[in-house]
Amino acid sequence: MTLRVSNLTVSRGGRTLLEGVSFDVDAGQALILRGPNGSGKTTLLRTLAGLQRSETGSIDLAEDDAVYAGHADGIKSTLSVRENLMFWARVFGTKDITRAIEIFNLGDLIDRAGGALSAGQKRRLGLARLMVTGRKFWMLDEPTVSLDQASVAQFASMIRAHLAEGGSAIMATHIDLGLGSDAQVLDLSTFRAQTPKLNASEEAFL
Amino acid sequence: MIALLLRDLRLAFRAGGGFGLSLAFFLIVVVLVPFGVGPEMALLSRIAPGILWVGALLACLLSLDRIFALDFEDGSLDLLATSPLPTEGIVTVKAIAHWITTGLPLVMIAPVLGVLLGLPQQGYYWIILSLALGTPALSVIGTFGAALTVGIKRGGLLLSLLVLPLYVPTLIYGAELARRGTLGMDTTTPMLMLAGITCAVTALLPFASAAVLRINLR
Repeated sequence: MTLRVSNLTVSRGGRTLLEGVSFDVDAGQALILRGPNGSGKTTLLRTLAGLQRSETGSIDLAEDDAVYAGHADGIKSTLSVRENLMFWARVFGTKDITRAIEIFNLGDLIDRAGGALSAGQKRRLGLARLMVTGRKFWMLDEPTVSLDQASVAQFASMIRAHLAEGGSAIMATHIDLGLGSDAQVLDLSTFRAQTPKLNASEEAFL
Repeated sequence: MIALLLRDLRLAFRAGGGFGLSLAFFLIVVVLVPFGVGPEMALLSRIAPGILWVGALLACLLSLDRIFALDFEDGSLDLLATSPLPTEGIVTVKAIAHWITTGLPLVMIAPVLGVLLGLPQQGYYWIILSLALGTPALSVIGTFGAALTVGIKRGGLLLSLLVLPLYVPTLIYGAELARRGTLGMDTTTPMLMLAGITCAVTALLPFASAAVLRINLR
C-alpha cells in the first residue's frame, strides 16, 4: 500500500469542498481524479502533497516518497533547460538527467533558456522534472495541458513505464491515457460536501 | 540547499535578476546628498556615517519583494515547499542569497562612496565593520517580511511598512557604531548591541519566516 486516504475532508478558502474521501492506491497503480471545474481536484492534490491541511481524516503516505507537480511548472526563464533540470536533481539528491531528457525529447533544447520555450515544451520540461526526482509516488495536476498528441502519447508511455517499475501516481486529468486495468477512476462529485459552511475561525480572514 | 543557493545567485546575476538595482540606488542616494546639503565638508563628513547607513538600508528595502515573489509566480515555491528541503532551510538560504547579492556589495562599495561624503580616513574601517555586522540582520528581517507578504499582488508597499520598524534598531546601533568609531570614541556598546541584534534575528527569525510561508502557501 503506497497511499491510503480515509474519510478526508478538504476545504478551500474556508469552504468545505469534499467530505468523506476515502481511497487506496497500491504500488504499480494509478488513480485518476475526475470532476467538473471547482470540484476540488487541485485542492485534494495540494492537501495530499502537504501544502494544505486537511480538516478531518487521515493520509497514510510514506515520507520522502511523493513528488508534486502543480499547474505551474516552476521553470526559471533565465536558466537553460539543463540548469533547470540539474537544479531539481540536486534538490532531490539525484544526479542522472539523461534519461528524462531522452524520454521527453529535450535533447535539442538542452541549452535553450527556459523563457524561450513554448508552452508545450515547458510542460515537457516540467514532466521531465518528475523523472529526475527519483520519487515513486507522483501527484500530478492536469499534466497533459498544452501537450500535443505525440507528447500525450509519450507521457502515457512514461506513466506506464513508471507503473511497471512499481511506482504509482494520482492525477487530475480529463484525457483518457489508455492505462487499462492499472488505472482506477475516482469521480469526486460523489464526495461533494453537502453543507458548504464557513469555518468560524477562518471567516475573519476572508 | 547549496543547489538552491547557487541557483538563486545565478538567477540574480543573470539578466533581469536585479543584482545592480540596490547598488545603483545606493550610489544615487549618496551622490545626490552632497548636492542637496551643499559643499560644506565639515558638515558632510559629520553626517557621512548616517547617510551611508540610511542609503544602505533603503537600498536593501528596495530588493526585498523579489526574495519570494518570483518563485511564487512561476510555481517553484510550491514545488520547493514539497521538496525534501525543510522550509526553515529554504528561508535561510533565501536570506543568505539576498545578503550576498545586496548586503555584501553595499559593504564593499560604502568606503568608496564615503570619499564623496568626505568621510574621515579612520571612518572607512568603521563603516565597513558596522555594515558587515548589520546588513545580515537587514536581509534576515527582510526575508521574514517577504514571507509575510508572499502572494499579495504589489505587496511591496505593505512589505516596506511592515519591515521598516523592525529595521530601526539595526539602523540606530549601526549608524552609532560608525559615528563613534569615526570620531574615535568608545564603540563597545553599539558594537555589542548591533552584533547581538544580528545574532538574535539570524537564530530566531527563520523559524517565524518558515511558519508564515507555510501558512501563505495554503
